[in-house]
Amino acid sequence: MKYFPLIWATLWRKKTRTIFTLLSIIIAFLLFGVLETIDHAFSHPSSGVTGADKLVTTNKYSITLSLPFADAQQIRSVPGVAEVTWISWFGGYYQEQKNFVFALPVDTDSYFNLHKGEFVVSDEHMQAYRNTRTGALANTALLKKFGWKIGAKIPLHSAIWTRKDNGSLDWTFDIVGSFSVKDPTQAGAQATTLLFHYELFDEGRSFGKGSVGWFEERVDDPAQSAAISNRIDALFANSPNETKTQPANDFTMAFIKQLGDIGFVLRAILGAVFFALLFLTGNTMMQSVRERIPELAVLKTLGFGDGKVLGLVLAESLLLCLIAAIIGLVLSYAALPIIKIALQGVELAPTALIPGLGAAVLLALIVGTAPALRAMRLNIVDALADKR
Amino acid sequence: MFKQLTAVIGMSLQTLPQRLGASSVIVIGIAGVVAVLVSVLAMGAGFQHTLADTGRPDRMIILRGGSDAELNSNLTRSDVDTISNAPGLAKDSSGKALLSSELVTVVNVPKLDTGTDANVTLRGVGLKLTEVRPELKIVAGRMFRPAVRELIAGVGAAKQFRGLTVGGVLHLRNADWTVTGVFSSNGDVHESELLADVDTVGSSIERSGYSSAVGLLTGAAEFSRFKDALTTDPQLKVDVQRETDYYAAQSKGLTRVINIVGKTVAIIMAIGAMFGALNSMYSAVAARGQEIATLRAIGFGALPVLLSVMIEALLLSLLGGIIGASLAWLFFNGHSVSTLGGAFAQVVFQLTVTRALILTGIIWACVIGLLGGLFPALRAARLPVAEALRAS
Repeated sequence: MKYFPLIWATLWRKKTRTIFTLLSIIIAFLLFGVLETIDHAFSHPSSGVTGADKLVTTNKYSITLSLPFADAQQIRSVPGVAEVTWISWFGGYYQEQKNFVFALPVDTDSYFNLHKGEFVVSDEHMQAYRNTRTGALANTALLKKFGWKIGAKIPLHSAIWTRKDNGSLDWTFDIVGSFSVKDPTQAGAQATTLLFHYELFDEGRSFGKGSVGWFEERVDDPAQSAAISNRIDALFANSPNETKTQPANDFTMAFIKQLGDIGFVLRAILGAVFFALLFLTGNTMMQSVRERIPELAVLKTLGFGDGKVLGLVLAESLLLCLIAAIIGLVLSYAALPIIKIALQGVELAPTALIPGLGAAVLLALIVGTAPALRAMRLNIVDALADKR
Repeated sequence: MFKQLTAVIGMSLQTLPQRLGASSVIVIGIAGVVAVLVSVLAMGAGFQHTLADTGRPDRMIILRGGSDAELNSNLTRSDVDTISNAPGLAKDSSGKALLSSELVTVVNVPKLDTGTDANVTLRGVGLKLTEVRPELKIVAGRMFRPAVRELIAGVGAAKQFRGLTVGGVLHLRNADWTVTGVFSSNGDVHESELLADVDTVGSSIERSGYSSAVGLLTGAAEFSRFKDALTTDPQLKVDVQRETDYYAAQSKGLTRVINIVGKTVAIIMAIGAMFGALNSMYSAVAARGQEIATLRAIGFGALPVLLSVMIEALLLSLLGGIIGASLAWLFFNGHSVSTLGGAFAQVVFQLTVTRALILTGIIWACVIGLLGGLFPALRAARLPVAEALRAS
């Protein structure tokens, strides 16, 4: 620590160069932080603490094929299944196609029992919802997004389901209440959710009656998820509607994997960034030591050992990289809210920034080693004679 | 003036090897930016290309009104009968309309690289398939036969997903489907799909209707007549689009996202590379301080000195840009990948490093180089001659 003023002074020996080098490294680590968080978000989809005990059952061969509603009874009888509910894909939007609404027809009792404690709904709103056949509960964020008021009649267009009564694709709901999601990591994913009665949906649609899109289960013991999944699938093996049951997290993960190898793209970009950075920082350190050869020789004359000189140069490299890395990572942390808006529904974990510090140390050692060794091996007489 | 300029540039280039370390920082930094920019944009270009190559302006896709996508749409048999009588449709020699009634569903097929299930489109197609889509060519095996569980796979799908080569078997709803052939289709989106007989697919997934109808017109000019006839028919509620419009709309969203992401990352990288270039050029100017001062002392103007620094930066960044674009082309051009397209199903496409993209990359490189060279060049031009000469 007592050498810190010396290292600090040498670092700022050439101000412009240090500032530009710092800025380059800051930019690189800003990118590192942002891309790592995105990668982390895609490779660890969180369904929150509440997701661990959930399973999803879909049609084995295609997510677009439905399952018979009657399966619910059989699934409920599987040991270890605490609750089962059924949902269908409504494909809804409000007025324009870009105003996507995650509208889900749900069975009130089983849905809220399965997600017990995850939603905040006032008793008054819940009662109004139960009493209104055409009622819907909307996420408070959704109400705000479109400026809907409680009590409003809202038309939603379904891309799939025509109504039995008039053949139209437009469905009207009474917004009788609002809800919010307790788990903050799920708030984004649920921001456009609107829940309405499955009975209304099933009776109102012109085709597909008695079928459901998928089932969700809650299990008593998350450790038994795999065994319970197998038991559920075994029920329907060799039936016309074979099922595929998997933990909710795996279901989300499989979807993300379909987007492609995002991790590879991000790592390739970071590879290019750091390769360029190695040259840039390495060049700065080399120049810095080259210019200071006489000074280093003086230090050695004063009795600084080889090890100490090596340490001084490495410490300078570390200081440079760490200062820049910390600033860059802090900036990328500050950018998280912006990325979050861009990647709707994806949760970001700031912990993904920690490997950045490791990368900074590694970078410092790689670019610092060669100049440090050069400084260490200096021959005092030759170096003092060198007048550059 | 011009003579002075060439002399100064010649000198600065001659001393370049002495500043190899600092110069390589510019080249490598900019090569990195351009390689990333071009590769990411090549993804967008490839995806867009695949969808833009799909369909013809004289071929129509008819969906149920308000359905947006084939997967959501539903047409009845009588709808399709009505459509087949509409004016403007091309006819075969026996007078039957060139109309293919199609049923689209997605099936889970594992991806070859990750082994995880992906949504692959299984398209049931009518008997008129080869006349409606003449671009479709069997490249291996043979065509599927109607009424048996046979299918053909697109070349893109065959490359990306497991078990889709000739003789492969796909299990769907209690039945095995045999892959009898692999087809190409002009590099369009159908190469990511599986095709089979529409009625066999329908009975397998227990659907009696269709998703869409695809019809060939006698000419692209017949579009409005055909469309008007269908949309004014009170018995029908359908949307009629040119295939080209339908598929172009599907590529918009993802291409836009890829372009925004690619350019944002590249801009951030470019700022970093610009700082690197500034650094290198400042140190180049510092290293050549005495030389520049000598030149000024013997009568060289400030402008040639300024330009020489700018041109050095420009040449180095140009070299970086060329290297970066070449790397992108070398590693990624024609690289086949797949993603979830706008229609909820996998689209297989190839990264396409187009000439326009290479040009974009090189322009970016030059801009970074010019910005990075400007301030050091100004400093070089303003160098106080007497002081610089005295400095040892």
